Amino acid sequence: MDIIYDLLSMLPFDWLSYGFMRNALLAVLLITPLFGLLSTMVVSNRMAFFSDSLGHGAFTGLALGAILGIFSPTMSLILFSVVFALLITWIKNNSTASTDTIIGVFSSVGIAAGLMMMSYGGGFNKYSSYLIGDILSITQEEIQSLALVLVVVLLAWGWIFNRLLILSVNSSFARSRGISVMLVEGIFAAMVAVVVAISIQWVGLLIINSLLVLPGAAARNVAQSVKQYHLLSVAFAMVAGISGLVLAYYFNMAAGATIVVIAAGIFFITLLLKGKMAK
Amino acid sequence: MLKKLFHHASSQKDCARLCCTKIENFGVKAGRLVIFEDVNIHVHCGQLTAIIGPNGAGKSTLLKAILGEIPHTGKLKYTDAKGKHTGNPVIGYVPQYLKFDVSAPITVQDLFAACLSQRPVWLLPVNNRQEIIRCLSRVRAAELIDRRLGALSGGELQRVLVALALNPMPDLLLLDEPVSGVDQNGLEIFYEILEDLQNNEDMAIILVSHDLNMVARHADQVVLMDKGVVCSGTSREVFQDARTRKIFGMLAEGR
Repeated sequence: MDIIYDLLSMLPFDWLSYGFMRNALLAVLLITPLFGLLSTMVVSNRMAFFSDSLGHGAFTGLALGAILGIFSPTMSLILFSVVFALLITWIKNNSTASTDTIIGVFSSVGIAAGLMMMSYGGGFNKYSSYLIGDILSITQEEIQSLALVLVVVLLAWGWIFNRLLILSVNSSFARSRGISVMLVEGIFAAMVAVVVAISIQWVGLLIINSLLVLPGAAARNVAQSVKQYHLLSVAFAMVAGISGLVLAYYFNMAAGATIVVIAAGIFFITLLLKGKMAK
Repeated sequence: MLKKLFHHASSQKDCARLCCTKIENFGVKAGRLVIFEDVNIHVHCGQLTAIIGPNGAGKSTLLKAILGEIPHTGKLKYTDAKGKHTGNPVIGYVPQYLKFDVSAPITVQDLFAACLSQRPVWLLPVNNRQEIIRCLSRVRAAELIDRRLGALSGGELQRVLVALALNPMPDLLLLDEPVSGVDQNGLEIFYEILEDLQNNEDMAIILVSHDLNMVARHADQVVLMDKGVVCSGTSREVFQDARTRKIFGMLAEGR
């Protein structure tokens, strides 16, 4: 860790002279590739609404963790988010109701139950930081656990991706090739849930889903193959992350929101490019 | 009955000794609604069985039931050429490509690599390009390897999907033809490819089709479905049946 910090301080940027900015930069360098990767399949599998509901579920997880106090809050948050994601996936696959209705129901329950528990006894204010998130408050230990999650997700992505890609094209076709749709969807949902759960306090509930949708959506506009799709999605997420952090520092704005606005800007530029390419 | 036995091999009686797939008493319900019931079809290797019927007759659902994708009653039995009961056949499936998400940035090669190997497509370069080209040339589509799925015509995408369904080589090939979207030239090539497969691979093919003209010309056995099997036999038998004429109205005239 110390070597990385030393390297960062050698860079000729005055904003890196602050420890909290060095930490924030490291966090962004770890979180954004994660979101870039997952974003490709969130978009391809039409799961934008689903990933949105995961943030809401994480909210209930936070409240439960605080009230029950059995595990550490982070553990209960991750556990609850995964259970929540698997439950939606399972009901979605075993019910005739339309997917967006089911997700809508879970999403509202997630946020409402969370708010209800958090506001119990009038103590909501101490949780409000989860709505917007604060990447500048991240600590060295938390960065290390983010690095661990990045490695785990990369390994899982290598293992599951081909199946997920086939599933995104057509689910009947995937089944005919012996792919267990429930299993693959469940594992992917759990991965997204874990990433949402661990990053929600840095990125914030209100904007976390934009990071899961925008990089992939922008890359999809211009990419011509799966590899380009991934490369661009990760690149867009990282560019938005780093430039958003720096801009937020100089203009004294919320970092998470600035990152999302830049990602949205990239999306609109690619949308224009796509129109040009089609002509 | 006698006439049925001698004409083609569409009879369902002589299944015992030949390589054959039996669909026995298939039925599917959605809640209390019966999609279809009592479906019995015998399909011989090297034969093309066409399933026709009006919209909502349960044709695509039957294919999904055969695939085991949806819960159903009845049994699927497969016997190979030596008369041994071999349990589950290898089934290849070609879905209606219209339900494919073709806007995604996926090339034909990406899709093949994802289907044929475990190497993550997003990370590593493909190491089986030659194998993919070989698969594609089976359906005369080798030149499509670097095209994006969205840039293929209906007929081209259909052929790519057939090539995918042929790896691994199936005992039984299920094809769900879309109502529209393939031009006449594409249709001709498609049926030529199916004929090759029947003759060279001795493959049993079940085709859900809306093109009665093509069915009349190419199918060995035709099954008319409407919430169950209405009638089956050779194309001549089925198209001369009063019930077929009733369901398809003028369409079946003159066949």
